[in-house]
Amino acid sequence: MVMTAQRAYLAVVPAYNETATVAGVVHGVLEHAPQFDVLVVDDGSTDDTASVARAAGARALRLPFNLGIGGAVQAGFVFARENGYAFMAQVDGDGQHDPRELSRLIEVMHQDGVDMVCGSRFLSPDLKYPSPISRRTGIHIFAFLLSRIVGQRVSDPTSGFRLYNRRGIELFATDYPHDYPEVEAVLMLHHHELTMREVPVRMLERGGGRSSIGGTGKSAYYMVKVLLALFVGLVRARPIVEAGDAAPVAASHGI
Amino acid sequence: MDVRIQLVAIAGAGLLLLVVLELVRRRRLLERYALLWLFSALVLLGLAIWRDALASIADLMGIAYPPNALFFIAFGFILILLLHFSAAVSRLADQSRVLAQRVALLEDRVRQVEGQGESSGTVTSAAGSPAADVTVGADDPRDVRERVPRG
Repeated sequence: MVMTAQRAYLAVVPAYNETATVAGVVHGVLEHAPQFDVLVVDDGSTDDTASVARAAGARALRLPFNLGIGGAVQAGFVFARENGYAFMAQVDGDGQHDPRELSRLIEVMHQDGVDMVCGSRFLSPDLKYPSPISRRTGIHIFAFLLSRIVGQRVSDPTSGFRLYNRRGIELFATDYPHDYPEVEAVLMLHHHELTMREVPVRMLERGGGRSSIGGTGKSAYYMVKVLLALFVGLVRARPIVEAGDAAPVAASHGI
Repeated sequence: MDVRIQLVAIAGAGLLLLVVLELVRRRRLLERYALLWLFSALVLLGLAIWRDALASIADLMGIAYPPNALFFIAFGFILILLLHFSAAVSRLADQSRVLAQRVALLEDRVRQVEGQGESSGTVTSAAGSPAADVTVGADDPRDVRERVPRG
């Protein structure tokens, strides 16, 4: 594969029918985190998300049909891997992640030498996140279980505001969870002996579009599915893995 | 055992066997999937014809009425087949995801290569920068593509 990027940082913006907000997100990253190239992954939108993103100055991948957030973000990982990026951030296309905080994620990644830095909305008491109580309860249940499994505090496992280094990119380009990937991704990092840190960030109101976790039925499905993944992770026989090795996680083949 | 239920069972299992064989003959069924069906149909047909075997199996399982053992075995085969298909569908979904990602990456590369060709010399200094992309406009005819219905 020909290397087209000579730069180190890639911001991946998964977007599904986000014409209203995606240009703002792209502009925000280009303005406040100019070291980043921006890649919008249009997850089979029925509107002009990809064209709007290109006009705003991003590169855009258009998936031929809707894969869901996991498949879309994985396309970003594959792009980052094949174009030789050393770091990849995920910034949601609905505008709830503040691009100004990206520099903070980079700072922590270099300071602590971890493989993934995750923006958490629950680490700082003065940062209030406007989300319904039901969703926060679910997040806290995951946070509690996950923290015990991975042996370190994970306060906001559903946050998609993340920065990965090359090892994270290579792991998730090969194998990334499908439906609601964030929680399981933390578990995978643990199984592959990659390290993570959380930093407190402020999350903004969603600018438009809809969450990938929507509706009561879907929330229930989300809870059950992620809990199942967590328990499977708990009971899985775990051979000794060196950091960065392939671990026996989901046997799907990425590209 | 009533001879009528035996005749019905033989007819049913025989018909299943014939249909599977015909589908394989017309290449409408991959051998990979046909094998499981053929095996199921053969076992059911065999048990329907060979009453003593069915009776002793029923006795072994504690089933008083032997034809019920036949239903029980058929039900087991159906469960195995369904599970087999769920696994096959999962694999296909996984493969189509990889294909979709690959198509998107290739489409992007084509766009990059064509953009470089069209604008050679004019924006070379901006090569690799996001501005180079803007030369391929929003109403690019290549944006027209078939929509695959989501489900």
